[in-house]
Amino acid sequence: MSEKKPALWLRLYSLLAYAFIYVPILILVIFSFNSQKLNIHWQGFTLAWYSTLFHDGQVLLAARNTLMIAGIATLVSTIIGTMAALALQRYHFFGYAASETLMYIPIIIPEVVMGISLLVFFVLVKVSLGLVTITLSHIAFDIPFVALVVRARLNGYDNSIDEAAMDLGANELTTFWRVTLPTIMPGVLSGAMLALTLSLDDYVITYFTAGPGSTTLPLRVFSMVRFTVTPEINALSTLWVLIVFVILAIGQIARNRQA
Amino acid sequence: MTTAENPVIPEKRNSPLKLLRESKVAQGLLLISPANLYLFILMILPLLLVTGLSFLSRGTYGQVEFKFNLTNYTRLIDPLYAKVLVYTLYVGVATTVLCILIGYPLAYFIARAPARQRSLLLFLILLPFWTNFIIRIYAWILILREGGILDTILQFLHLTKTSLNILYTPTAVMIGMVYEFLPFMVLPLYTSLEKVENSLLEAAADLGAPPWKAFLRVTLPLSLPGMVAGTILTFIPALGMFVVPDLMGGAKTILIGNVIRNQFLTARDWPFGAAASMVLLILTLVFTLYYTRKAGFSEDLLI
Amino acid sequence: MKTFRLISTMFLLALILSACAGSSTATQPASKVMNLYGWSDYVPTQLLSDFTAATGIQVNYDTYSSNEEMLAKLQAGASGYDLVIPSDYTVGIMIKQNMLEPLDMSKVPNFANLDPRFIGRDYDPKNQYSIPYQWGTTALAYDSTKVPFIPKSWADLWDPRFKGHLDVLDDEREMIGITLQMLGYDKNSTDPTQLTQAETKLIALLPNILKFNSDNPENELISGEAWAAVVYNGNASLAYQSDPKIVYICPTEGCGIWFDTLAIPKGAPHKDAALAFLNFMLDPKESVLITEEFPYSSPNAAALTYLKSSNPNLYAAYMAFPGTNPPDVFLAAAKPIIDVGTATTLYDKIWTEIKSH
Repeated sequence: MSEKKPALWLRLYSLLAYAFIYVPILILVIFSFNSQKLNIHWQGFTLAWYSTLFHDGQVLLAARNTLMIAGIATLVSTIIGTMAALALQRYHFFGYAASETLMYIPIIIPEVVMGISLLVFFVLVKVSLGLVTITLSHIAFDIPFVALVVRARLNGYDNSIDEAAMDLGANELTTFWRVTLPTIMPGVLSGAMLALTLSLDDYVITYFTAGPGSTTLPLRVFSMVRFTVTPEINALSTLWVLIVFVILAIGQIARNRQA
Repeated sequence: MTTAENPVIPEKRNSPLKLLRESKVAQGLLLISPANLYLFILMILPLLLVTGLSFLSRGTYGQVEFKFNLTNYTRLIDPLYAKVLVYTLYVGVATTVLCILIGYPLAYFIARAPARQRSLLLFLILLPFWTNFIIRIYAWILILREGGILDTILQFLHLTKTSLNILYTPTAVMIGMVYEFLPFMVLPLYTSLEKVENSLLEAAADLGAPPWKAFLRVTLPLSLPGMVAGTILTFIPALGMFVVPDLMGGAKTILIGNVIRNQFLTARDWPFGAAASMVLLILTLVFTLYYTRKAGFSEDLLI
Repeated sequence: MKTFRLISTMFLLALILSACAGSSTATQPASKVMNLYGWSDYVPTQLLSDFTAATGIQVNYDTYSSNEEMLAKLQAGASGYDLVIPSDYTVGIMIKQNMLEPLDMSKVPNFANLDPRFIGRDYDPKNQYSIPYQWGTTALAYDSTKVPFIPKSWADLWDPRFKGHLDVLDDEREMIGITLQMLGYDKNSTDPTQLTQAETKLIALLPNILKFNSDNPENELISGEAWAAVVYNGNASLAYQSDPKIVYICPTEGCGIWFDTLAIPKGAPHKDAALAFLNFMLDPKESVLITEEFPYSSPNAAALTYLKSSNPNLYAAYMAFPGTNPPDVFLAAAKPIIDVGTATTLYDKIWTEIKSH
């Protein structure tokens, strides 16, 4: 795309859009320092919740589980989903319509139905509920999201560059790895990021497929609403966002320097 | 296809590898098989369970009884459920349209940004969604409620005198829904827009097209696949989303997602819930397949 | 691509770091573990660590966010939990569906510490399956400085002066029940005519309702958005602690009463550990931890006696507030929710109709 500076209105608009996205996050961060436990009015500044967080073994364990599950689910679903996208977007094969339909089902099915039916399924095949069942379930609903985004990228893909590569002597695998994949990489990355986002915050399906001792962050937090979601959770989210933000900033600086 | 210089182990005639390399059908099947296998085991079998469940009956205390009947489906033929479905569709359509309107310029901006910055800009859109869902919504409640942050600021600047009373109204629900679904529209749109080559736009300009015409005739059509994907990833999950309307709308409306959830939790009428899910599933499936075909999503297949 | 690699490396680092900080429940031998399943933080951490110190049994604490979710999950076949925290109404359902283990009371001698008024209730007449954990009432809380008049009955909520300033529970049984009571009928009625009348009445209340909120109505009371609310006593207590002008009363038609109990699901792998815990948490010194941390009522008479001497200020506050210590006249008028069997689907349909109005 063009390297010209985009129009002023577009830049202003985008700034506003990012502001819209970040204002609640700013509030969330500020209220992580709120001394009021109920966290509905600003009462005073305190760092106590961060200390509570570091001593809260349950929440930290849940955070770790959430990261692990999301990480593995994203990796596996991105691979499977990308392959599926390639198949559906470029090939004609026996069972195409059925495959495409199958791909949409996890997006369409209501979460509580998916959760309960997966639970019943796992019980029937005698797989004990735990981190494994949660991860398997996450992969299932992540695959179609990845596939759809990659398909959008593949749509209208100019096959002549693939053909050119092969004419020049590359075999299918090399062509895919050195030509196709880099070209569709923005799609693959976007799909992966969507899958990660979905997994990190999933409640319903995770709830039904979790077993004793396998808790995730959403499970703990949703359960807190009966009493109060203390600023400790704000503290956790703030740290999380801060860590990722710092990593991104480092990465961006590294890239700017490289150029 | 390949030439003699291709540095690959010489193949036996009719070996499976040769078959794979020459048959497009085989390649396609191979690529789709992990997804098919995985989803078949984890989705179809549970789905069959749900289908079976929809024909059973509810016991006195909410247990499932193996008495075959069709009443779960006939009970759905009630104007009440049609009303709920229509309202849910309305919310879904409104959310999707707003996401397109608000998200398109944003996706366009990111796609036009210098290549080095694009990943960062995308990550920045998603970063807020790695916080916890509940506290994000609670933050919006703090902002929008009567006497909340928005009211306080506006009244301080003397722009308003009384509360805007946004929270617990459909406006608040829309704000929340768009907020939660925006990334699901922006990301697919971005992947399509990023593909639009500079050379195409330059060619259009050279041929005398003003920028708005180039946009309408070149950029917009090329971004259509992204819009289709974004619509599916926004509209369909929006149909099942009830947490935002409950928390930000005061739980004063009922959507199809609430109805189905209620059947499994409070009413404990799993067979009826299963039937409602099946109907929703089929309706949505039909819509999705029709829509993607119409929008030409599967147009280019290598044969 | 490079950013991606960088981020994944940092994530892995974060994982390793948090693994060091996380708890070490994975290394316990099976017999020294008890799997507790309840609301988040509903059992004081101190109590759990005291239990582990006394018995050597490690407690895994998993969470759900509603009775119904827990019921659905267990009904679908999930197992491995030793102790759950069902409300009275859910206990009734679980007993009828044979989902609970009978309790070996010989292992729970501290049962004697309980106030006789709170045992042997209808949902579990001989306490064969459940032990009361906390209890409370469901009634009316209002901000005495904001209400246009002092409400005394459920019927008062329908006054047009409350327009847009009421919080009510997002619970079909409680709300339809209240409407039935206000019409002079039984709270747990299954009569379709009465229910239809209740539906019409409840639809008429809609303009007054700001929000359906079962989770944290105290937020709206404290912020002033709601002038009155149908609340559980705990939420009223929380509101009162923030704003002493919040009053909690039992309406003339009768308030609700509820119990949260501890029960052992069928097939629990560590039944003995669960029974040991039941006995442990009934000990007065441990039970007060519950009362100190939560704004609900305690069914443990021995614990309250202990509280009088261990924390006189808290005891006085507990006794003074109708949320924690309802006067006998409240209790006499209190009616619990009872499962209505097949009429449950009728209630659900009515609720759907009310909300789709």
